[in-house]
Amino acid sequence: MRYALLVYQKPGAEEALSQEEREQVIREYLALRTEPGMTGGAALHPPEMATTVRVQDGKVIVTDGPFADSKEIIGGFYLFEADNLDHATAIAARIPAARLGGSVEIRPIVSPP
Amino acid sequence: MAEKAPVEQVFRDQWSRVVAALISYFGDFDLAEEAAAEAFAIAAQRWPSDGVPDNPVGWLVTAARRRAIDRLRRDRVLASKLRLLAATEATDTGQGEDEVDDTAIPDERLELIFTCCHPALAAEAQVALTLRTVAGLATDEIARAFLVSAQTLKRRLSRAKTKIAAAGIPFRVPPPDALPERLAAVLAVIYLIFNEGYDRAPELATEAIRLGRVLAALLPDEQEVRGLLALMLLHEARRAARFDGQDLVLLQDQDRSRWDWTSIAEGRAILDGLDWAAVSPGPYTIQAAIAALQTEERLNWPLIAALYGRLAELTDSPVVRLNRAIAIAEADGPAVALAIVDRLDLPEYQYWHSTRAELLRRLGRADEARAAYQAALARARTEPERRFLEGRIANC
Repeated sequence: MRYALLVYQKPGAEEALSQEEREQVIREYLALRTEPGMTGGAALHPPEMATTVRVQDGKVIVTDGPFADSKEIIGGFYLFEADNLDHATAIAARIPAARLGGSVEIRPIVSPP
Repeated sequence: MAEKAPVEQVFRDQWSRVVAALISYFGDFDLAEEAAAEAFAIAAQRWPSDGVPDNPVGWLVTAARRRAIDRLRRDRVLASKLRLLAATEATDTGQGEDEVDDTAIPDERLELIFTCCHPALAAEAQVALTLRTVAGLATDEIARAFLVSAQTLKRRLSRAKTKIAAAGIPFRVPPPDALPERLAAVLAVIYLIFNEGYDRAPELATEAIRLGRVLAALLPDEQEVRGLLALMLLHEARRAARFDGQDLVLLQDQDRSRWDWTSIAEGRAILDGLDWAAVSPGPYTIQAAIAALQTEERLNWPLIAALYGRLAELTDSPVVRLNRAIAIAEADGPAVALAIVDRLDLPEYQYWHSTRAELLRRLGRADEARAAYQAALARARTEPERRFLEGRIANC
C-alpha cells in the first residue's frame, strides 16, 4: 500500500534546538530517504516562500504566503510503500517533527484506476 | 441475525468466529458479514430439524465461503477490487452444504478484536464495530443502545470499514512490543460498552461481560483482562440494589439480598486466582479488588484506601484521589479526608461537591455543607440524583 506522510512542524521548534541537535535532526530526515520502502518525497521551503493561487470568476489570483495561517506548517512529505498502516505508523513516528511538537499525517494514496 | 430458537446460543457464540474466518480469507468486512448472515440464515432454517452439526463453525464458514464466492463471481467489479479473481476461479468442488471441509477453522477472533479496536479508528467506531462483528448485535440494537439513529450507526460502521480497507489497517494480533498498549485500547472499548450499558441499556452490560469472557479465554495469561471481567461482574452484581423504585440507594444502605451473589462469587474467584506477587496489578485489577472488598460484610476501609492510593499512582486521576479520600474519611475521619478533597481540582465534577458536602456535614459545618450540596445539585444529571441531593439539603 502506498502512503503519503505529510510532515507538519511546530513553528520555531527546530530553531529552538542547539546546533548539534539540529544537525542530528537533519541527519534523521535524510536517513529516512533511504529507508526501504521510501519511494519519494521532498523537503519544502518555509511558508514565507510560498505563493497561493486561486481562480475566481475566471481570474487567476496570486498572493504571497501559504494557503492558511495555521499553527503547524507543512515542512515536507515522504512517499512510502508499506505492508500496512502499522508499518507506515512506525516510520512516521521516526520523523523528527512528530516528537518536536508537530505531527505526521498518514494519507493512503489513491491507486490509479 | 438469528431467530430465537434453541440454536440461538450456538449462533451467538459462533458469529465472531465465523466472521473472523471470513475476513481473514476474503480481506473484506462487508463481504464477510453478508456471507456470514446468509449462512446463519440457512442454518436457522435447517438446524432445528436436521440438528446442529458436529462442527458448527466448519459448516457455517464453508456455507458462507460458497455464498461469498458466488457473489464474487457475479460481481466482477467487487472481485477485482478485492483482488480476489483467483479465488472465484477456483472450481466449485461440488460440495453440498452439509459436506464440511474437515480442516479445522483457525480461531481468529483475537485478530478481529484487535482490528476493531485499532487506534486509527475513531473511538465510537471501535465500539460500533466491536458490537457488530464481535458481539454480533444487530445495527438497530446498537443504535438504540447508543441513542443514535440506525442510519447514523450504519454510516459509522461503513466509514470504519472503508477506513480499514483504504488505510490498510492490518487484520492481525499486534506484535509483542505493541501488545500492551493495543490491549489497553481493547479493554477500554469493552469497559466503555459496559458503562454505557450499566445505567441505560442492561443488554450492553451483559454483552460487555460476554466480550470480557471471550477475551479472557483467548488471552489467559493477561491479568488485566481477567481483572476487567471481575470488575464488571462485581459491578453488575449490585445493579439491582442501586435503586429502590426511583430512588438512589448508597452502597452502605443497599439491600445485600438483592445482590447477585453468583456474579460476586465469580468475581472474587477470578481475583483469588490471580498471582498478585508475579505481576504488578493494573488499574482494572485494582478496581476489581476494591469492588470485591466493598461486597464484604464489614468494609476494610484502610485497605480500600490503600488500593485507591495505588490506583491513583497508576492513573494520576483526581477522581480516583477523590474516591480514596472517601475511603480515608471512613478510616481516619472526615477532617483528614476534607483536607485531601479540597486540594483536588474538580470544580465541575458533581461528586466532588457532594463529597465535600458530606464531609462538611459530618464535621457539623451545616451552612457550608448545604452550599456544597447546592453546587452538586446544580451539576446533577438525573432525577434520582437530584432528589437525593435535595433530600440531603433539607436534612442539613
